[in-house]
Amino acid sequence: MTEPCAIAVVDMRKRFGGLEVLKGVSLTARDGDVISILGASGSGKSTFLRCINLLETPDAGTVTVAGETIAMRKRRDGKAEPGDWRQVDRIRSQLGMVFQSFNLWSHMTVLENLIEAPVHVQKRPRAQCIEEAHALLKKVGIGDKADYYPSHLSGGQQQRAAIARALAMRPKVMLFDEPTSALDPELVGEVLRVMRALAEEGRTMLVVTHEMSFARDVSSHVMFLHQGVVEAEGPPAELFGACKSERFRQFISGQARQG
Amino acid sequence: MDPGFVVATFWRLMAALPLTLEVWALSVLIGGVIAMGLTWMRVGGSKPLAALSRGYVFVFRGSPLLIQLFVIYYGLSSFAFIRQSFVWPLLRDAFPCAVLSLALCTAAYTSEIFRGALAAVPNGQVEAARACGMSGFRLFRRVIFPIALRQALPAYSTEVISMTKATALVSLVTLWDMMSVALKIRNDTLVTYTPLLVAGAIYFVLNFLIARAFMAIEYRLSTHLRPRLA
Repeated sequence: MTEPCAIAVVDMRKRFGGLEVLKGVSLTARDGDVISILGASGSGKSTFLRCINLLETPDAGTVTVAGETIAMRKRRDGKAEPGDWRQVDRIRSQLGMVFQSFNLWSHMTVLENLIEAPVHVQKRPRAQCIEEAHALLKKVGIGDKADYYPSHLSGGQQQRAAIARALAMRPKVMLFDEPTSALDPELVGEVLRVMRALAEEGRTMLVVTHEMSFARDVSSHVMFLHQGVVEAEGPPAELFGACKSERFRQFISGQARQG
Repeated sequence: MDPGFVVATFWRLMAALPLTLEVWALSVLIGGVIAMGLTWMRVGGSKPLAALSRGYVFVFRGSPLLIQLFVIYYGLSSFAFIRQSFVWPLLRDAFPCAVLSLALCTAAYTSEIFRGALAAVPNGQVEAARACGMSGFRLFRRVIFPIALRQALPAYSTEVISMTKATALVSLVTLWDMMSVALKIRNDTLVTYTPLLVAGAIYFVLNFLIARAFMAIEYRLSTHLRPRLA
């Protein structure tokens, strides 16, 4: 009996109308893995991440989080849907999601954003959640912003608050969906530093990103998607060193020119 | 204008203010509850229910309130089955008919305000809540409703204010609200301006107070939109 993986995705498929966005993508993350998911826009990388916590419903494939497989069933029209939404809610609360556009709740202060799910979904004691939230805010470098509203923060501060919000649920795995793509260039660094620190303390992370330096220097594994299939994958040293995939070499040289 | 007459008119109109306020408050309240039901039908996902809700709005927003009021008060009593049914004790009287027709009408407008406010809730914030494991009523209560409420308030306050003015129509179904008292004074004394202007002023002050109340609520709920005070 092998130890269960933090996340195992097997043969995930997703189609939007006539367009097949994911054509059977698999991925395994053990505890402590930091997996960067790269690809040109339209390659399916964000959809792949969003299918893992069922923000999009995959047409086929299985997602297993910490040994528990999300039950799916077929609707009468042939489309797939989750078999048990309570299971989906439970698994979602074990996956911390960070969005490109932060998506902090605008009517709550930063502190209220952080304790919302721990108190109201996970039913943990409020005082304990507040204490943890303050510690998390300090950790991401905005310890003095607890009673600010999101609109009073810069983009970089909002994204760090959003990372803290995801961490507040004590997730088994963190999912990052292009966390720096909506930021001004001078604010990207502060978010990447927080992510790098999380990687160094052994967090399991799946990161959809365009940040080549993060993929190369921080991640333990890189997956390159092209038109809905895994075109290349492996440890970053191997992939960035001498990759057999012509497409991946083109992709990184294109990114380098832009960067 | 004779000051003594103005004062006398004012107090006679004030004596009718409670009825105006009762019709207003009850119809806003009941209309709000119906509006919530209509909004839920509209966005709940069921196509037949959504069509029913759309049809309701089409009818009650599309026809004059005065016609609705007359149909309910004068029209329904012409059906024998209504006179024999359990609702007759209510529909026989002018007051319930007036409240009912005002409530049915405002419900149509209000449900559209609610629908717009719901549609304007940023999808990203809803997704973030889902990603945290929130769903169903908890998602609505903790995230969707508080955001939608803030977006609905300005338009909703306008609807509530327009309802105080709509209550003047109930004077036409035998109720002694402020408007009918003003018309009575006018008929009795043949002085036109004084009763109408005094009544207008009372409506005006009433609406001013309602507007201020809504402003205060909006202010309280919009800390996140104001610049932070150091």
